Amino acid sequence: MIKSNIKLLVLSFLLFISLRPLQSAEMVDPIKVDWSFKGLTGTFDRASLQRGFQVYKEVCASCHSMQYLSYRNLGEPGGPEFSEQEVKAIAASFEIEDGPDSQGEMFTRPGKPSDKFKSPYPNVQAATAANGGAYPPDMSVLVKARKGGANYIYSVLVGYEDPPPGVTLDDGVYYNKYMAGNKIKMPNNLMDGLVEYADGTESTVDQMAKDVTTFLAWAAEPELEERHKTGVKVIIYLVLLTILVYLSMKKIWSRIDSEV
Amino acid sequence: MSEHEYVPKSKAAKWFNDRLPLLTLGAHLTDYPTPKNLNYWWTFGGILTFCLITQIVTGIVLAMHYVAHADLAFASVEHIMRDVNYGWLIRYIHSNGASMFFLAVYIHIFRSLFYGSYKSPREVIWIIGLMIYLLMMAAAFMGYVLPWGQMSFWGATVITNLFSAIPLVGDSITTWLWGAYSVDNPTLNRFFSLHYLIPFLILGLVVLHIWALHVPGNNNPVGIDIKKPSKDTVPFHPYITIKDAFALLVFMIIFAGFVFFTPNVLGHSDNYIPANPLVTPAHIVPEWYLLPFYAILRSVPDKLGGVILMFSAIFILFVLPWLDTSKVRSAVFRPIYRQFFWILVIDVLMLGYVGAMPAEGIYLVLARVGTIYYFLHFIVVMPVVGYLEKTDPIPMSISEPVLTGGAEPSLARKVNDKV
Repeated sequence: MIKSNIKLLVLSFLLFISLRPLQSAEMVDPIKVDWSFKGLTGTFDRASLQRGFQVYKEVCASCHSMQYLSYRNLGEPGGPEFSEQEVKAIAASFEIEDGPDSQGEMFTRPGKPSDKFKSPYPNVQAATAANGGAYPPDMSVLVKARKGGANYIYSVLVGYEDPPPGVTLDDGVYYNKYMAGNKIKMPNNLMDGLVEYADGTESTVDQMAKDVTTFLAWAAEPELEERHKTGVKVIIYLVLLTILVYLSMKKIWSRIDSEV
Repeated sequence: MSEHEYVPKSKAAKWFNDRLPLLTLGAHLTDYPTPKNLNYWWTFGGILTFCLITQIVTGIVLAMHYVAHADLAFASVEHIMRDVNYGWLIRYIHSNGASMFFLAVYIHIFRSLFYGSYKSPREVIWIIGLMIYLLMMAAAFMGYVLPWGQMSFWGATVITNLFSAIPLVGDSITTWLWGAYSVDNPTLNRFFSLHYLIPFLILGLVVLHIWALHVPGNNNPVGIDIKKPSKDTVPFHPYITIKDAFALLVFMIIFAGFVFFTPNVLGHSDNYIPANPLVTPAHIVPEWYLLPFYAILRSVPDKLGGVILMFSAIFILFVLPWLDTSKVRSAVFRPIYRQFFWILVIDVLMLGYVGAMPAEGIYLVLARVGTIYYFLHFIVVMPVVGYLEKTDPIPMSISEPVLTGGAEPSLARKVNDKV
């Protein structure tokens, strides 16, 4: 009786959810990409992460900050895993403001691996003013901060189109199929061959969008690989322990005349 | 409750126990006679204790690294996620732990509703439980504010603004709650302070909840009073401890699934955007466990009316033991009430679903229907069905099923009437 009731309950609930009206037609669902970091044992594609960092550094970083990342993160396990020398060289290529020194003066010095990623603008207001009134969001956790995650970020990067007839765009506003409201203030910055990949991969728009999205996914969840690996171990351990406890329970309850 | 007096074996133990009978308490807890027919719905008390302790332990560690300041809170959470050893694990256990806590508490509450565990002589257990539930909601709401993301900020704004609906003094009360003229740094500070306090209040109430439980003893799926100890009972240890452990482990597997493989699925992506008082999110939604009440709040066009109705939806549960007129506890023997029970479950699920949707069109209609039915269930269905329903025959004891035990309904009723 209870079982059939629960069945009825679940069925009616599913029916109810399936009846919900479709989302408004304007917003297109993001493209579904088969990311290597998806799934229970997903890991990042190391080469893609390194290429993605290059795209970030040469394209995105001129407007977007990534203030919660440090250069040392680039060499840590589960990330792009640049060598120690490479990380030092990357960090040193940035001039970081430090201080005050013993004279009370601020000074600049080459970056160290322990430094946070250098932001392109001193503050949010400066970033907003320099970008036509739209603040280029910090990208540290951007993939977690958008519904649709990596698929959405990738879709926006490849989703630029000419506006359909009847849609007029102001100066400095662009049409994007996947953006909410279809209007975006970020221009289409990716074009084929824009960056020269060190590993010789052809830098098509699609390739660069995938690489930089992979990089951003790692930036948002640098713990992902460790989390997946630990998770599998934890679940296996718990399942084994559950079986043992279940058998113990059966044994203990067999002493009395009752079902568990 | 044990029939036999516990006597410590060693002299030292006896010396101590005479001064503080902790050992007697321990013996009581292990011997505590428990109905042997408790099903798995009864394992959620232990699971909830586990949830509370998990939240307290992970919360204490998080508080060592978190900074309760409007300018620093978001960054300190990222610091925990990136730089603190296993910080991501501790934070994900804590944030998903809140959801698991509510999942367990809802099952626990609906179990009580199905088997009539709130009825005499267990009204005080029920009321303490509801106080725990209220504190849980307060703690969860304030905890959600702490990361100082967009949903934190705007959720806090919406919920604290509810108090401004109070006539005359509403605005003053809201300003007093905020400690400012809007949700701001003082609000965050006091929420952190209270978020740290409330779990320990809950812990105290849990002790009272269990104490109150140990006076009449557990209800059971048959819902009849039983002699304790008797052939209908088993000692709590090892029979119930091992069964609770098994159920807890199954629960932990699900818990771990969320923590390790979809740690953000129960949260809202907007909360990874730092709080911005100048930008309102398109849809402000609370965490899933508060959605049914959010739907009730929004189903009323009038703000004050909505607030009153939302709080009534919780406070009506406090008088539930007196709204239920049935002499039979367990819905197993209540063919009519049983159907209404499942309708209530669907109703609450539906309210939760429409609470996540924009309050317009069909969703608003469903929210209103759901709200009306929710109150009808408690105010009309429970008292009326209790009077009119012809209940099924009730067994005399757990060991004797209805048919072989030959218990006539009249006899069984007498047993039950003593309740």
